[in-house]
Amino acid sequence: MKHATLKIWRGVAGEAGGFETYSVAFEPGQSVLDGLRALRAEVDPTLAVRFSCINANACKECVILIDGKSAYACTTRLEAREMTLEPLRNKPWIRDLVSDIAPPAERLLPPNKGTKV
Amino acid sequence: MHLVTDVLVIGSGGAGMYAAIAAARAGAAVTLIDRSLIGRGGATVMAQMTVACALGAETPDHWTHHLADTLAAGRGLCDATLARILCEEGIECVRELDGWNVGWARENGRMKQVTAPGHDRPRCVYVDFLDTGPAVARTLRTRVIRSDTIRRIGDLAVTDLAVRGGECAGAVALHLVSGEIVTLAAKATVLATGGLTRLYRRNSASANMGGDGYAIALRAGATLTDMEFVQFFPIGHLAPRLIGMDPIMWDPFRYKLGGRLLDGSMREFTERYGVTEGGRYVLARDVATHAILKEVEAGRGSPHGGVYLSFEHCSAEALRAAFGPVIDRLAGNGIDLTRMPVEVAPIAHYHMGGLRVDATMQTCVAGLYAAGEAVGGANGANRLSGNAITEALAFGRRAGSHAAARAARSSAHGWTDRAAEPAIARVRSEAAAAPQINLPHAIVELQALMADEVGPLRSAGKLAHALARMAALRDATGAQPPHAGGFDVRRLDWLDLDNMLLAAEAVARSALARTESRGAHQREDYPDTREDWRVNQLVRLRDGALAIERVPVADAPAESVTLA
Repeated sequence: MKHATLKIWRGVAGEAGGFETYSVAFEPGQSVLDGLRALRAEVDPTLAVRFSCINANACKECVILIDGKSAYACTTRLEAREMTLEPLRNKPWIRDLVSDIAPPAERLLPPNKGTKV
Repeated sequence: MHLVTDVLVIGSGGAGMYAAIAAARAGAAVTLIDRSLIGRGGATVMAQMTVACALGAETPDHWTHHLADTLAAGRGLCDATLARILCEEGIECVRELDGWNVGWARENGRMKQVTAPGHDRPRCVYVDFLDTGPAVARTLRTRVIRSDTIRRIGDLAVTDLAVRGGECAGAVALHLVSGEIVTLAAKATVLATGGLTRLYRRNSASANMGGDGYAIALRAGATLTDMEFVQFFPIGHLAPRLIGMDPIMWDPFRYKLGGRLLDGSMREFTERYGVTEGGRYVLARDVATHAILKEVEAGRGSPHGGVYLSFEHCSAEALRAAFGPVIDRLAGNGIDLTRMPVEVAPIAHYHMGGLRVDATMQTCVAGLYAAGEAVGGANGANRLSGNAITEALAFGRRAGSHAAARAARSSAHGWTDRAAEPAIARVRSEAAAAPQINLPHAIVELQALMADEVGPLRSAGKLAHALARMAALRDATGAQPPHAGGFDVRRLDWLDLDNMLLAAEAVARSALARTESRGAHQREDYPDTREDWRVNQLVRLRDGALAIERVPVADAPAESVTLA
């Protein structure tokens, strides 16, 4: 087993957010989403992350910023180093790694002008 | 917030989107909602290849032949009326999608059809390369968007239906973005929430397929059927770790290239289970799942606990011609099929069971319809390859048009706030109700329990133990969800686990009651198929407890039209 250090943006829209750092054990080949799911089940169930298809890169929901670049958590592999995970900067932020990514016409409410990270 | 619509469609996979299109076409105002993004959650978008329908483009065919194969695969338990709708109306749906430019693979202008296990001739259309599901979802989504009378709302998770005087009056939902409770009044409601494969550790569907539709339907007074029949896809990818691809992606490889299934010593083994493949793909899903698990149990498996699938006999050119860019994606994962086998093992894939409906897709709750995988009965004890998308399309279209007809007949909504009160009380969270357990961990525990004890190989001992563990998990989960705000995943986890436990219990209780082996339900303590068990089991929620009843199979003799 190797270990990745995940520096993750935490917080709720309307309040101040900040980074928290976690260590995740992984088998080579596993994805960042694998790491986030393990983190939720083993360490902190309050961590908000959105995904649907888990591994197929079909739902496109798990897009976040990984080391500053927009990427899918399900197709980016974990590495034995510090990796910085943040919500998208160009979408309204909701909580932790989750932003309001639905097309505007498919939202219940008009896009909240809320906090961006 | 309170919304009002003629037809409410819950779930935006293939069945839900087709239902919305059909209802709008019939003149209804439609609201299409999904707990994920519209057209991206659910199972349709994950489909890799085959859609079965008797077009007769490849060889002469007629839907009665497709029906005969469907009934045979269902091992005597199919609802013949539903199976007929699937086979007969699926053809029109596939043609309609063709007209909407879905892009079915063609050769010299005619649609290509391949043979899948259990079909007597080439019958399955597809979109290259592994793009069938995404193409179907994209095409339906485009049609949905073009309709002025379909309102689309994502990130809206239905928690319960509102029932008044035995009729469905709409639904109560949680808006994930804001954490607010939303009520929806509808003259007719279509449940297109898919199956329950998330109940299992290894599964091939989206994380939102946790059986929530079944639990919601049970609480609304609807009847489920055939809940013991969970289809395991025999050759789900196991190793090496593969990212960015669905684990069922080896099926198309087998359709086009055959492939060889090998045990841990690289020897062919299917003959030990009565089937000689000879480089072709003929093994039915239930037989293959059983064979692979028995090999592993006998110590003849591959290192990660499955068997090998090899395409080493294929040339690089043949692989490239059949799968184009997919070969590059495999290379990105370090897999060169000309030089190495992969490891595969059964993976939860589809649920044959589900809501019991009549020929209009209506449940026993008036105004509540179901479509797609959420429906039980059409596929009996084992689903034929290629029938899932066909069923999504045919049942979706039919449910949408009948729901619209009901809405047109209804002068007023049946909604009252009082009908929604129990549902709102269930989802309203209190700060003090925070559970003492890690909910995502409890979900992982339930998935392990289902895989090990309510999976493809079952026994009374395992099933009874699983039911006891489920009861303990339910106690630990508590009666109320934790306090929540916008995208508070703890409340969603609580609602999911609560629904998953009810769906899991329905599967385990049905499996425990069925003391025989048939199709996807294999009892190690009752290995034989028994004629007196050629019955369907219905599940209802009565006074908070699940009740099971046996009923005769609604079958009809299969009479195939003679082809010239």
